[in-house]
Amino acid sequence: MARFSFFGEGLPGIDLEELKGKLIVLEGTDGVGRSTHVGLLKQWLENNGHAVLDTGMTRSALAGKRLRQAKEGHTLGGVTMSLFYATDFADRLENEMIPALRAGFIVLTDRYVYSLMARAIVRGADPEWIKDVYGFALKPDAILYLRVKIDDMITRVLQGTGFDYWESGTDLHLGEDMYDSFVEYQGRLLREFDAMVESYGFEVVDGSRAIEEVFDELKDRTSRLLEPVPESPPGIPKTK
Amino acid sequence: MSSRMKMYGKHRFPGRLFIVEGIDGSGKSTQLSLLHKWLESEGYVVSSSEWNSSPLVQDVTRRGKKKKMLTPMTFSLIHATDFADRTEHYIIPPLKAGAVVLADRYIYTAFARDVVRGVHPDWVRGLYGFAVKPTVAFYFRTPLDVAMKRILGGRDAIKFYEAGMDLKLSKDDDIEESFRIFQGRIVEEYEKMVDEFGLVVIDATLSIEEQQAQMRKIVTEALTGTKKTRIRRWLDLASLAKGSRE
Repeated sequence: MARFSFFGEGLPGIDLEELKGKLIVLEGTDGVGRSTHVGLLKQWLENNGHAVLDTGMTRSALAGKRLRQAKEGHTLGGVTMSLFYATDFADRLENEMIPALRAGFIVLTDRYVYSLMARAIVRGADPEWIKDVYGFALKPDAILYLRVKIDDMITRVLQGTGFDYWESGTDLHLGEDMYDSFVEYQGRLLREFDAMVESYGFEVVDGSRAIEEVFDELKDRTSRLLEPVPESPPGIPKTK
Repeated sequence: MSSRMKMYGKHRFPGRLFIVEGIDGSGKSTQLSLLHKWLESEGYVVSSSEWNSSPLVQDVTRRGKKKKMLTPMTFSLIHATDFADRTEHYIIPPLKAGAVVLADRYIYTAFARDVVRGVHPDWVRGLYGFAVKPTVAFYFRTPLDVAMKRILGGRDAIKFYEAGMDLKLSKDDDIEESFRIFQGRIVEEYEKMVDEFGLVVIDATLSIEEQQAQMRKIVTEALTGTKKTRIRRWLDLASLAKGSRE
């Protein structure tokens, strides 16, 4: 039996039996420290002898660059943007994640289809439609959902780079200014994520704690998915 | 975008949408351009949209094709993205304004091509669920040999994806053989869709004039109540020209 399965109709020409690695997803709204934790987890896993591929949105060779440019122009319609993201995601799934899984890597991804679905729904997409579009995606081994309250999110954004056009959902005209818009937009995203917890089996991780505590919990949850690494003989670095 | 997305068959616009489908070499573009000129001469506001023409997405598609980076899935999604941009910018607004919109190829092209590439038929139909249902969808039915003659006789080299070369259909990687097999499978998909979507079949072996007459008859019936510009531009210019000569 193949370890992996698709959400829906799946991808043509992929033999699921060949996929040996693990697919671990970090999800959550903006400003929860996802990318920090992806970096930490990667380092920790590699130190323990696992090969890791980390990946994130709009990084595909096919559409990543154009998608980032199109976002700068703010000219994309809602459906178009949702599908452009789906294209970017499919390219990364087929050309990065699946080959790495085939080779036995642990794939750590900063966001997955859940973020893409949440954004699309908040922008007016039919929820059933977007869910079906992502029927080609692989079901992950774990979805670690870093959850923070909206107030914590605001603090982090203020400490960081400030309110960003897209992170504030400014294209949706939800509030008088970036602050109002951010609160409303991120609040809507948070509701979409929370609604997915049960149906997709998210593991909720309280992201409002200190980085070390959050990281410890993420390590714990990740360890459960891994087979124990054989003890390295003394003097020889740990590799699998 | 504040309004929620509408799905196939649920859009209600005052305009009309006529689309043509068929394999390369079926003569559908010739027929559509004749229809376009005629509609304008009749005083309708006409707007046209071609497959794979969104300025925003086009260069990604072009690059992906040139570098042969596309899988069946990304091929399908990038064309759907292109189509979504055209739907949101070039199809829905003129339809809202009451114009006649003409499209050379529509969602059925994607259904045929993507399914031949191994994408699930239900999935791709769902993917295009946001599309506006055409007022009339014409399908130009052509025997494969006739289309092949028109294509091979008339223009430059066949392109890689057009011939379905990514599918490795021809043992010797012969592009003409691959093209023939690929287009043959596309025809099979079109034939299945005739009943499924109520495509109006035009026999593309008839004379150009006969085909155009059939199209105009069907389009005329579907145009009842559609608005025209006040000035019938072509006729006015024609009479002006006549006047100056006399």
